[in-house]
Amino acid sequence: MALDKTKTYHLMEVCGTHTMAIAKSGIRNVLPAFIRLVSGPGCPVCVTPPEVIDAALRLTERPNVIIATYGDMIRVPGSVKGDNLARRSAMGAKVRIVYSAMDALEIAKAEPGSEVVFLGVGFETSAPGTATSVEEAKRQCIGNYSVFSMLKMLEPSIRALASDPEFNVQGFICPGHVAVILGEQGLKFFEELGLPAVIAGFDTDDIVNAVRMLMVQIAKGEARLENQYTDVVRPEGNPMARELMDKFLVPRKDIWRGLGEIEQSGYGLRPEYAAWDAEQKFDIHFGKPVIKTACRCGDVVKGKLDPMQCPLFGTVCVPEDPEGPCMVSAEGACAAAYKYRAF
Amino acid sequence: MDNFITLDYGSGGKKTSALISDMILPLLKNEALEELGDGAVIDGAERLVYSTDSFVVSPYFFPGGDIGKLSVCGTVNDISMAGGEPKYLSLGLIIEEGLPVADLQRIIDSIRAAADRAGVKVVTGDTKVVERGRGDGIYINTSGIGFLRTPGLSPRRIREGDAVLVSGTVGDHGTAVMLARNEHLVQAELKSDCAPLHEMALALGKELGEDLRVLRDPTRGGIATTLNEFIEDGRYGIEIREKDIPVLPTVNMVSEILGLDPYYTACEGRMLAVVDPASADRALEILHGFEDGRGAAVIGEVTAEHPGKLVIRTPMGGGRIAAKLSGAQLPRIC
Repeated sequence: MALDKTKTYHLMEVCGTHTMAIAKSGIRNVLPAFIRLVSGPGCPVCVTPPEVIDAALRLTERPNVIIATYGDMIRVPGSVKGDNLARRSAMGAKVRIVYSAMDALEIAKAEPGSEVVFLGVGFETSAPGTATSVEEAKRQCIGNYSVFSMLKMLEPSIRALASDPEFNVQGFICPGHVAVILGEQGLKFFEELGLPAVIAGFDTDDIVNAVRMLMVQIAKGEARLENQYTDVVRPEGNPMARELMDKFLVPRKDIWRGLGEIEQSGYGLRPEYAAWDAEQKFDIHFGKPVIKTACRCGDVVKGKLDPMQCPLFGTVCVPEDPEGPCMVSAEGACAAAYKYRAF
Repeated sequence: MDNFITLDYGSGGKKTSALISDMILPLLKNEALEELGDGAVIDGAERLVYSTDSFVVSPYFFPGGDIGKLSVCGTVNDISMAGGEPKYLSLGLIIEEGLPVADLQRIIDSIRAAADRAGVKVVTGDTKVVERGRGDGIYINTSGIGFLRTPGLSPRRIREGDAVLVSGTVGDHGTAVMLARNEHLVQAELKSDCAPLHEMALALGKELGEDLRVLRDPTRGGIATTLNEFIEDGRYGIEIREKDIPVLPTVNMVSEILGLDPYYTACEGRMLAVVDPASADRALEILHGFEDGRGAAVIGEVTAEHPGKLVIRTPMGGGRIAAKLSGAQLPRIC
């Protein structure tokens, strides 16, 4: 085994659920000092840029619009600290928390006088469910429902990260839920980066196993994709889910907090479904990105800044009063660090 | 009576009298209440424990209970946690126009059953009706009086080495209510733990004396928030062990799906007790003697380390700091 224990080996996870699971399990406290677990751009809320959040907030100003959103979006600020869906709701905007896009569609059916806009945040895990809601809206002829797609793709952000000359990661813990959809085949691109990668589940045992598998590869100088989550992740993934996504969604250029513009990195609705596309329906335009806070979230999502090294962490920036999404999203690296501070 | 409560029932006139005489009095009858005075004159002791609480739970019927049972147990438990033997309750109802009378009947019935079980009498009350759209069906306020039996309970009495106990499984109530709100997402057999704690609290107080430092029921914010309250003054820290904290497998499963954390989820029939380590075994024995205390366990201790901080030891052996709950628990995205 050839591990240089004077070096530090950085293993990056790119899934918000992993971020939280790792923090909650206390694994970091029992790993040897030469192994560091780092968070990457795995929190879909955290990589959504402020000008997109601002556009969602502006939508609430329209009198008959109901915003339906996953719960952890409601305290995420846009460019202005303190301005978020929860505050807008307190000031009279209609905001409903839902667990799924189909829940949002049900709201549209129940409130025919309103326009329901579902904030479609997420990676490939959430994409099929979001697509299903459009399929059903079309099938049931529901006209007062639309999706504001903020869906993002895993692969382009990883490639963008890895191409940064300062990128200092020696292995990837790959997202188990995205892998359910894309399969081992869909994550093969990790091997092109020349780094070992292991698809991992979310129990403490799963994660510890994945870390072990990565360190074994590193010691042997290997750079393969392995699957630790075989109970749930198949080589071919879920082809039906991907067909659904393909039918309703199309890759497009997208803006990522911290990573900037990346070609073919987000999903929009296909033009034939424009009637259910909130960006078309409400003629949504994005303002110029103006970060009015000292937020370093962009560096946190790239794994360049450890949350606890951020000068604002825990002082100016706390979950009750966050500078940016990483501290308030349920899957944000800063929120995880704050809630589960290692002892 | 009509089938639905209308605004008239809150007017103070004939319909209000009818509501009280035809439904509330027959179910809750006692001498003091039947006087129907502005205030209730009741026998007093040297020192009285007095508490109030309001209940706005939605939905108002949930597995294992309803807003009526909750409104009695909530105030009974607050009095019990402060060392009191609960005796009398006031009952304030704010009813939304359109509430089915059958639902109200069921709720008042629950109040009666819970009051009987807790040995308290509802001796005074008030009823208001608000327009449709202004209030989730029904809101209830109860305030209560008890006789002080166990004086001196306070976090200030906590000392290094004290044992931290919980009287049963945690997070049942909050999880059951979220389950009732999301039946389409997940179905499971789970009941709220809503129950009166007066008997267990009084027994501990009587038998342990000063070895019992403090009692508190972990409602909103769960055990993590309540334990943080115990150490707010910064003299000591508390460490609890995940492997010792009793959680129903169903609560864990539902929590994972709905994005909740059982340690931050409300209980309505559980108490946290801090006791002298020499009395920990006796305290467990006492609690195990009660049906609602069967699941009691020692979950941790008070420590001189990390003052003001609650630390949870994970099964891995690592530890993490658990802060007070900030804001409402929100579900995850994916």
